[in-house]
Amino acid sequence: MIKVENLTKRYARNVAVDGISFEVEKGQIVGFLGPNGAGKTTTMRVLTCFLPPTEGKAEVAGYDVIREPIEVKRRIGYLPETPPLYPEMEVSEYMEFVGKLKGVPRVDLARRVEEACERCHCEDVKAKLISRLSKGYRQRVGLAAAILHNPDVLILDEPTSALDPEQRRETLHLIKELGKEHTIILSTHVLPEVEQTCEKVIIINRGKLVATDTMENLNLRLRGAELVSVEVEGRNGALSHDAVKQKLETVDGVSRVTFKENRNNRLVFTVESAQGRPVRADLARAVVQSDWNLIELHSMGLSLEEIFLQLMASDKAAAGGAK
Amino acid sequence: MNNILILCRKELKSYFASPIAYGLMAFFALVCGYFFYAATAIFVMRSTDMMMMGRGMPMDVNEWVVRPVMMNVSVIGLFIIPMITMRLFAEEKKTGTIELLATSPIRDLEIITGKWLAAVILFLCILLISALDLSILFLYGKPEWRPILISYLGLLLQGSCLLAIGTFISNTTRNQIIAGVGTFAICLMLWVLDWVAAYSTTATGKVLAYLSVMGHFESFAKGVLDTKDVVYYASVIFFGLFLTARSMESLRWRA
Repeated sequence: MIKVENLTKRYARNVAVDGISFEVEKGQIVGFLGPNGAGKTTTMRVLTCFLPPTEGKAEVAGYDVIREPIEVKRRIGYLPETPPLYPEMEVSEYMEFVGKLKGVPRVDLARRVEEACERCHCEDVKAKLISRLSKGYRQRVGLAAAILHNPDVLILDEPTSALDPEQRRETLHLIKELGKEHTIILSTHVLPEVEQTCEKVIIINRGKLVATDTMENLNLRLRGAELVSVEVEGRNGALSHDAVKQKLETVDGVSRVTFKENRNNRLVFTVESAQGRPVRADLARAVVQSDWNLIELHSMGLSLEEIFLQLMASDKAAAGGAK
Repeated sequence: MNNILILCRKELKSYFASPIAYGLMAFFALVCGYFFYAATAIFVMRSTDMMMMGRGMPMDVNEWVVRPVMMNVSVIGLFIIPMITMRLFAEEKKTGTIELLATSPIRDLEIITGKWLAAVILFLCILLISALDLSILFLYGKPEWRPILISYLGLLLQGSCLLAIGTFISNTTRNQIIAGVGTFAICLMLWVLDWVAAYSTTATGKVLAYLSVMGHFESFAKGVLDTKDVVYYASVIFFGLFLTARSMESLRWRA
């Protein structure tokens, strides 16, 4: 559905996107990750024909963004970071304007506006002036406007940034729902969101592609170390955390033990193990054999956040090595 | 065509949803009313003088009232036009709504023409307020209506071409004030170009005189419809809109 080949975008002073290639298949929800200034928005702008690429190719639904921008635009729904709303318009007026602009047939217009508003939960503000809307509602109206002409591809630039947790959950749910019929690219730096919604992740940093993979593969690939949280209590009286730490360190396969905190005389540790060595059973035995109470023991897994940080770190190291 | 109208209607709505349109109309009504009053007062004084001196030649209302009023209106236009056009693109660039327009399946030229057309319509609405003043003349006298119509056409053409230039300037910046001041400066320069020309007989002087917006209006104000002037205005309009389209594209590539 989306094909990006060797895409480069240079501004007068800097390179925003540097030779990125990726593909998105029909019906996929793709998370576009990267720190601020990584080139996410620029890439999205190229895909929506807002900016032409300096080099390379980008295709949406088989149409080239430079040669056939009108066809590309017809098939894309785009929600920029700040929703492009006219404050002096009423919501329904705005939706109709966008509908006409996107070429929605006149007979379908009212129905489409109705549907889009319903899906994005903004029916109750339809008669309000946009300037009077809260940030969350603006975001929803923007999203409703983006899906109004039922585009094949949805490009969402930080669609949840202005929402409260409840709305965030709803929006993510909506995006997942939309993902059944549409191909979606969404950028964000809230990682758990990506974990929840996306099938595939594209990570970029300083204009370069760092990784592109499915969530599962990414997890597998980087799950080098296992992190285990251990909570221990002394059976009679307080424990010294050094003693426990020493004991835990003797367990086979453990590479590092960090003392986290003391919760009412219960000591919490994070234990890191070497690659491919399950240590939880041994940890439990070690604690019990020392005559302490084992309160809690669980594997923390690597969150996308850690994956992200690891990738960034290795990217930085690679860049440093190259110099 | 359809897309042009969609854009045009949206722009007109936002003009009339904000105080801009009403403010400009009120300003124009006030200033134009004053000029009309001054012109008629002078006319009345002169004609009583003439009668007392015993010269029986009746004075021409068109020449003594309509023409000076129209000339003045065209000067007022100079102040109004930057205020109409300054927001056209600058505002959309600032608020980011330009992203909506630029990622919709419409051509740049359609966006530009739609916006410019809305500005022209607003300008026409403002102009028509002066018709209220002039209609009073018909109550008490018999002015020729054809020259009046032609001078209105002239005002509209002149306004449209300055509006096209204003549209271009607005597209080059995201700051409305800069767009407004820039437009005003350029309109003023185009206005006064023929002052130099009056003292110059060289080819350059003639070219400058031809480029002057004001010079081409004079014949309209006299009630003369000259194709030369119509062609001049039409080509400036075309040039202005063309430049806007070019600048939109070049900004995209440079952005």
